[in-house]
Amino acid sequence: MDAELSVIGSGPAGLSAAIESAKYGVRVELIDENILPGGQLFKQIHKFFGSKKHYAGVRGYDIGWRLLREAEDAKVNIRLNTTVWGIFQSSNNRIGLFDQQRVFFSKPKRLVIATGATENPLSFPGSTLPGVMGAGAVQTMMNIHRVLPGRRVLMVGAGNVGLIVSYQLLQAGAEVAAVVEAMPKIGGYLVHALKLMRTGVPILTSHTVLEARGDKEVESAVIASLDKDCRIVKGSEKELDVDLVCLAVGLKPDAELCRMLGCGFTYVPFLGGRVPIHNEDMETTIPGVYVAGDVSGVEEASVAMEEGRLAGISVAESLGYISEGEAEKEKDEIKERLRDFRIGPFGSPRQEGKDKILTEYKRWFSNEGKRDS
Amino acid sequence: MRESEILEKIRSSPGYPSRERFIKGPVCVIECPEEIPCDPCSQVCPFEAIDVGRPITNLPKLIEDRCTGCGLCITACPGLAIFVVNLNYSPGEASISMPYEFLPLPDVGQQVEMLNREGSYVCKGRIVRVNEGEDHTRVVTVAVPKEFYEHARGIKLISGKVR
Repeated sequence: MDAELSVIGSGPAGLSAAIESAKYGVRVELIDENILPGGQLFKQIHKFFGSKKHYAGVRGYDIGWRLLREAEDAKVNIRLNTTVWGIFQSSNNRIGLFDQQRVFFSKPKRLVIATGATENPLSFPGSTLPGVMGAGAVQTMMNIHRVLPGRRVLMVGAGNVGLIVSYQLLQAGAEVAAVVEAMPKIGGYLVHALKLMRTGVPILTSHTVLEARGDKEVESAVIASLDKDCRIVKGSEKELDVDLVCLAVGLKPDAELCRMLGCGFTYVPFLGGRVPIHNEDMETTIPGVYVAGDVSGVEEASVAMEEGRLAGISVAESLGYISEGEAEKEKDEIKERLRDFRIGPFGSPRQEGKDKILTEYKRWFSNEGKRDS
Repeated sequence: MRESEILEKIRSSPGYPSRERFIKGPVCVIECPEEIPCDPCSQVCPFEAIDVGRPITNLPKLIEDRCTGCGLCITACPGLAIFVVNLNYSPGEASISMPYEFLPLPDVGQQVEMLNREGSYVCKGRIVRVNEGEDHTRVVTVAVPKEFYEHARGIKLISGKVR
């Protein structure tokens, strides 16, 4: 039987959306191109922040297991190893799939796109040498496949990803020679930075990587300090003896499918750049198509799970599985928690970004869908 | 960032005990001075000595006279930002209990080097307890000369690599 809802991406947002809608009786298929569901959760060996009610203090992979169990209990049909290669608004959002054996189509009534984010690259001489890699790859190698990708590491970027992955490298037995950050201050949480600093790892703000050196692979890296205009300070170059340069320089929404569908976009630098416009229920400018998690603006896993739930409930409501009143009550609680998460120095710029997306959504329909600002 | 700068920021947060409270004995020291959305510390405390409330981004507030220094909050904190300091451990020493997530574990009786919040050497320390803790976070207690109770926050195993 055809699924009523296809959820694309089985990370925290996709899993939560699938569980929440299936709980109310929606027939859900959850599609992921990987061989395992869970998205980034299974490489997150640290304890999550957030509210105790919502998995705070639980390690990411344990949250992954809990969500997978819930998805099974809710009878979500999980299609792994399955790539979405096309998506067609002209034929009612039909999606083209490939499961490594055959090409087939799915024509769900609703769609939740939860494809997450991709890492930003950084180019410099030597950046194509083996031994220069993104933080996601480092985490996958060490925390999933248990292969240590380097013994002595230069981390580029002191946002939460750079800080957390540096700490995990220490846990795996590597040395972290330094964390360099181009901004004059640490971008991630101070508590994450302090975990590293009290083991003796230097975090060098206003510093960048200039070059990775080596014959066939990374043997050293050159760093330098930056002045207040972000120009390299001559004579400040220093060569570090490292065999891994790990890049953690930000993420952007992986919104190719939204683009293919013709969703409206807007630009919100603090949420990772161009993000699909959506309303409070996570519905995009294309009716019946929802987004949740990093694809709707890069934030964090606890927010992704809440947004996933929101999308899941909205889908169940739109298909008539729950009454409007019941849905409103559930959604209001989630929205309140989301607002709570987005307070404070780290949260309020994200709230402003989300508010902008909402305004754009309203403007989109008042201008007959002609905008893509 | 310098130790003095970090300590100043932490001291002025509502999770940091007063000097009077330190003198009375074991107390939790919450080194969490930024408004991040997190509250397991307040949920885990059986004495309701840590208050976050709403919104969840409030800084954790230590209610000094309720805290017994039991240390349950040490492993509950996802940020590894809570310590228990006992200024009365012995006539000359304070003890500091801290979360520890590395291997190998230090042994009781082992001498270690203590680092401060910017990773600089502070003093020698002596491991006095290693507890299993919750969910892969161990709690290691180190005795240090009393005067370093506010500064010694990291453990460097002398024979091993920098941890």
